[in-house]
Amino acid sequence: MSEIKLTIDGRTISARPGTTILEAALQHGVYIPHLCHHPDLEPVGICRVCLVHVEGRGQMLSCRAPAEDGMVISTDHPAIDAARRIAVELLILNHHGDCLVCAKSEQCKLHEVAAWVGVDQQRLARMRRPSPSGEIDDSNPFFTLNHDKCILCGICIRTCDEIVGVGALDFAFRGFRTRVSTFGGRPIVESRCESCGECVVRCPVGALAPKKALPPVREVKTTCPYCGTGCGIYLGVRGGKVVSARGDTENPVNHGRLCVKGRFGHDFIHHPERLTRPLIKKNGKHVEATWDEALDLVANRLSAYRGSQFTAMASARVTNEENYLIQKFARQVMQSNNVDHCARLCHAPSVAGLLQTLGSGAMTNPIGDIREAACILAIGCNTTAAHPIIGLHVKDAVRRGAALIVANPKEVDLCRHATIWIRQKPGSDVALLMGMLRVIVDEGLWDPAFVSERCEGFETLRESLASWDLETVERLTGVPADAVVHAARMFATRKPGSILYAMGITQHSHGTDNVLAISNLALVTGNLGRPSSGVNPLRGQNNVQGACDMGALPNVYPGYQRVDDPAVRQKFESAWGCTLSDRPGMAMTETFHAMIEGQIKAVYLVGENPVLSEADANHVVEALRHLEFFVAQDIFLTETAQLAHVVLPAATFAEKDGTFTNTERRVQRVRKAIEPLGEARPDWWITCQIARRMGASGFDFADPAAIMAEIASLTPSYGGIAYDRLENGGLHWPCPTREHPGTPMLHGQRFPTPSGKARLVPLQFKPPAELPDQDYPLLLTTDRSLYHYHTGTMTLRVDGLRSLSGQEFLRIHPEDASRLGIHDGERVEVSSRRGKVVVAAHVTEVCPPGVVSLTFHFPDTPTNLLTHAALDPVAKIPETKVCAVRVTRVGAS
Amino acid sequence: MAECECLESIFSSYQGSREELIPLLQDVQQHFGYLPNDAMLAIARFIRVPESAVYAVATFYAQFRFTPIGRNHIMVCRGTACHVRGAPRILEAIEKHLGIKEGEATPDLEYSLETVACIGACGLSPCMMVNKRVEAKLTPKKIAKLFGGNGKS
Repeated sequence: MSEIKLTIDGRTISARPGTTILEAALQHGVYIPHLCHHPDLEPVGICRVCLVHVEGRGQMLSCRAPAEDGMVISTDHPAIDAARRIAVELLILNHHGDCLVCAKSEQCKLHEVAAWVGVDQQRLARMRRPSPSGEIDDSNPFFTLNHDKCILCGICIRTCDEIVGVGALDFAFRGFRTRVSTFGGRPIVESRCESCGECVVRCPVGALAPKKALPPVREVKTTCPYCGTGCGIYLGVRGGKVVSARGDTENPVNHGRLCVKGRFGHDFIHHPERLTRPLIKKNGKHVEATWDEALDLVANRLSAYRGSQFTAMASARVTNEENYLIQKFARQVMQSNNVDHCARLCHAPSVAGLLQTLGSGAMTNPIGDIREAACILAIGCNTTAAHPIIGLHVKDAVRRGAALIVANPKEVDLCRHATIWIRQKPGSDVALLMGMLRVIVDEGLWDPAFVSERCEGFETLRESLASWDLETVERLTGVPADAVVHAARMFATRKPGSILYAMGITQHSHGTDNVLAISNLALVTGNLGRPSSGVNPLRGQNNVQGACDMGALPNVYPGYQRVDDPAVRQKFESAWGCTLSDRPGMAMTETFHAMIEGQIKAVYLVGENPVLSEADANHVVEALRHLEFFVAQDIFLTETAQLAHVVLPAATFAEKDGTFTNTERRVQRVRKAIEPLGEARPDWWITCQIARRMGASGFDFADPAAIMAEIASLTPSYGGIAYDRLENGGLHWPCPTREHPGTPMLHGQRFPTPSGKARLVPLQFKPPAELPDQDYPLLLTTDRSLYHYHTGTMTLRVDGLRSLSGQEFLRIHPEDASRLGIHDGERVEVSSRRGKVVVAAHVTEVCPPGVVSLTFHFPDTPTNLLTHAALDPVAKIPETKVCAVRVTRVGAS
Repeated sequence: MAECECLESIFSSYQGSREELIPLLQDVQQHFGYLPNDAMLAIARFIRVPESAVYAVATFYAQFRFTPIGRNHIMVCRGTACHVRGAPRILEAIEKHLGIKEGEATPDLEYSLETVACIGACGLSPCMMVNKRVEAKLTPKKIAKLFGGNGKS
């Protein structure tokens, strides 16, 4: 549509149709005072300050009135002047606070508006409320709510509702007593507030203000070190320390929005327990050493373990460049393909399964696509806790009219927003998905054109569906047949449909089958290679996608180039100047057994904490104790590093340069904000030092940019990645050349399989490896908390996060609790065939009867002592989502 | 829990849409005499809105209460007519006899007391309502008769 023209204060300006008068004016530098307007929010017109006079119409609220062609507007009119001055004066009357010491001081909108409108000091003095109410809610560790400064613009309320979808706040009472309130006027921490701070950022006055309010001296643009969403952040630096973080509004992933961890979770960087000097174990105790001592010792000892007796454990936390070097070190210097990392514990089935069916094991569509989807199936994922900003995209899609199908045994937060919530039994996902597929095929709701042009194996799949009748599906999943039918019809008929999934799908002894079932469903409904559709595994850690891409896996070099492909091997041999093994290495989950057997004798571990993160943790500790030489490299002395012979102090994400690849395959820059603490050094520097001291060549990099250049030269999908191209928003791989714009959506034309077509795979039902029985009658499943990350190495060292969530709770259904005589908050012992932990019980209907759940964030209560290391035969992932446990009251025995 | 069951029976005549919030609040208050926190939380869940939004609506309207009322709920009229004809003295007398102030309930929940603006019975002033019964042309003496001996007579 063509632009419209209107006149404001005698000046003619143009605007796009649909723009409000206020927006049009602000875009052209015409100031209209306003308080309750925020560009991210729907206009409400409650502050009455943005009044303008429109010829022939009279007074209008410019924030709500659409600009129309030919409008003649005056912002300066005697009647308006009087009206808005009264509105502002009434606000100031009740606004108490000392502007000089207010955190918002110079950015205060009330200040700005009052100065512009002009207020009558004498009238104010006469009417002013004599004393402030003193009502301040400082229950939240990160920010305060001061009611005496609140101007009731509702921006916080609307932010929490429209942007975050939480709704912790609303206006309570009315008239003069109106106030921003949680339910029941309770302290904010007792409400459903998720402490993301989006309201604090938008509050136009000092009512909601961060507790740490000292402004930074400079800011550095970088990428958040927490989940795989990869939000852009600015770290604020003052006095050589990281003092703040804010969202990068220009970043295409988060548009400036952040969760509680991303905004407030960076205190760990300066925690006193940071490792700042190398440690060498002498007589069973770690003693400080110089870098030369430690590096020489490591180089000397590792020289004796070349070949398959060595394994490297890379890290989903460190950069692409560092992961590349770790696998290069293992393969070139140590002559071993034994290199792996914690993707083994999260999305190994996605990589294995999707490589098989689609030819590429990553999210097919970008995060930004989600909000345009017509239907979203979120299965086995707790998005609002584990990927909060992706959760915002999902809630945004629902606001825009998308249907949301949540399939989860637990009542996760997304269920509140769901059109349908399916509560399948843990471990029955294959049955649910194949049942849906059967309904879709039986009712002719599939996409024959897509299937015939782009898929193979449909007839075999169709025949196999005979065994997935609704009765069987209902019996296996516990989901009523009509709910399965309803969900199937909804997913098949509302297009485009996007499938999001995470650990609830993968962490099973049949995790790969689950992934294949998802792939089948998406293919048969034609939901691939189209915008806002796709199969979207949500990767858990900041750089788990990158660590896989960089070949920190036992069977592939960077870019998923197979180690047993002679042409590939030759390419790497000539590039690295060495001979390489053609035998795929061992998966990390298998190496622990091999350590006990004595096949693996030395380990170089970077930024991982398997003692807490691996299933059957007792077994892991025993395995690591068997090692002849164990080097750990980390930012803290983790439970795993405590067992190491040598501990090397690494730099955090804030202390180095590099790149992370987020869950949507977007390669983004990590930029150094401060110098490494003490003698800590970036991981890439440390790995290079070890390699060089072992006489290796090819480890003399001036900086991470040079490492990326080598990666690009050897990895087709990263061929066009270079730092100078990553300045604004990063690039999606595959990006084969310097000119290539990157590939946000995969499989648009053909699938990267040998035939170019995607494969449909018939499946059979396999129950979880260990189900409840008489001795262990409850099913334990594991999950995540919004406030913590992985084994808590970082988040448990942030005081505020600790105060919001400081200990583990066993979630248990009221029926089970009353049968066992367990009260809310009581300490209980949870035991399985492998171990036991004592935790407090939280009686809640979030878990279905017969199912209990724990997170695995807390070292004091290591959940993985209980879990079962039954491995998926293809992906070698342990079944941490299902095992059998017994719960007893402590002391009752 | 008995509370859960009766909420279920109240909810059974509703669809669970957000437009039903006010009638739901009214029915719940009708049943409990006030709006217990747990019941408001259950309503929020039932109609799928944030609990803060339920609280917002409930606190906006004067008809909703957040503390329990007595079996005999006394509403003393303080409209203009009643005021002129001595409502303050009537209120004072009730407060003295029951030992509670306006807005409070007796510990045994036999009585609760509040004032209202007008009950539309100005011809009978000063007056009050006890539950649904109107007591007309009150005097401190009548009050003593009604509530003397803590009203047990």
